[in-house]
Amino acid sequence: MTSHPIEFDKLTVYYGALKALDTLSLNVREGSIHALLGRNGAGKTTALRCLLGLLEPTRGSVRILGHAAASMPPTLRNRIGYVSEGQKLVGWMKVNDIVAFQRATFDTFDDDLCARYLKRLNLPRDRRVHKLSRGMRAQLALALALAPHPEVVVMDDPGMGLDAVVRREFLEVMIDLIQEEGRTLLFTSHILHDVERMCDTISIIHAGTLRVNAELDTVKERIRRWRLVFDGDAPAPPEGLPGLVRARRRRNELLLTVVDGDAGVPAAATRLGAASCEPERLSLEDLFIEYTAEGVAAGRPAPGDEAA
Amino acid sequence: MVIWRVDPPDGEPVFAQIVHSVKRAVATGRLKIGDRLPSVRELARELVINPNTIAKAFRALEAEGVTVSRRGAGTFVAERRVVVRADERRRRFRAALESVLADAVHLGLSEPEVRKLFDAALKRFRFDEGKREK
Repeated sequence: MTSHPIEFDKLTVYYGALKALDTLSLNVREGSIHALLGRNGAGKTTALRCLLGLLEPTRGSVRILGHAAASMPPTLRNRIGYVSEGQKLVGWMKVNDIVAFQRATFDTFDDDLCARYLKRLNLPRDRRVHKLSRGMRAQLALALALAPHPEVVVMDDPGMGLDAVVRREFLEVMIDLIQEEGRTLLFTSHILHDVERMCDTISIIHAGTLRVNAELDTVKERIRRWRLVFDGDAPAPPEGLPGLVRARRRRNELLLTVVDGDAGVPAAATRLGAASCEPERLSLEDLFIEYTAEGVAAGRPAPGDEAA
Repeated sequence: MVIWRVDPPDGEPVFAQIVHSVKRAVATGRLKIGDRLPSVRELARELVINPNTIAKAFRALEAEGVTVSRRGAGTFVAERRVVVRADERRRRFRAALESVLADAVHLGLSEPEVRKLFDAALKRFRFDEGKREK
């Protein structure tokens, strides 16, 4: 068993002349939950499509469970569960029919497990798929993906368009999955509060480029937004401040988002003549914005860079 | 058990929030020596938090001597044993206190106010209980 069931190695994808992903390198540890974050169009779905062997990389490679994703043997598909937002399920089929279809497709399909999920999620088995609500369709897709006991589960924005109750059920299912030894989860989401509950590691991609790739705890521990207050108008942000991610000036304040700034920022504040200098912790949502806002250039420092 | 103060969007890592919840509950007497903590599995379900995060918090609590785990039986609140030397203890406490007092000054509190709040807070914590007999 590989210790990194998911490995992106300098993955680069072009759509015609458009570069969708630029040398994305990132590993997901066995038994962990990783969230791939980014704004719409950042390249998340492209990365997942390559991971599932649905899209050929222009350069670089992706490995899943130790195999090149681009040439995945059919037996490997049994070991991967995939749930995508707005997944296409055959509308005229009844829930029971689609379960039978899935059972025939996957050798490792576990009927009992599937039945448990359907019951737990309250899915009516004799209803046609097109009569199900959006939330129910998402739950059905989840039950179908998990019933073959996949070792790796990939979810593309599973919470999108679902109400809070259904989303919570999804999270509970994810928790159960990770409790079973060896399961590895990779998901994308815009619901960062859910990500904060669920993730061991996160990555943030922006315009096809990896901006952050680290343990969520490390990111939260090492990044602070420092508020420097001045008696008059704030001066220009200090040049070359180590660890600086983003600097903003508002009248008499400078807001500096900095990695490991405990030593550098107070010293810089003194040099600039700030009246006060206070660090503030950031939620994942704040952190996400700091790295993906307009005008934040690529190549900004991020915790975890050292390990790469 | 309603000792958990876990708010994922808070800037503090979730595992650290769990560690602080337990330490605080022990220090205020809501958890007593020998009390059993929920299992990682139970707590992951209850709080809807990644079980790896809970396990990390439990490892940290055990490393700090706040809890002790007995194989097959679970995790329990440990007898308080301080492994840090006396002068180091005082140094750490002084550093924490000074940071709190700096906040108080910036918040514009007066000295009598700070004293009053400090005394009120002191009453809520238990200092001797669970100290190991010498």
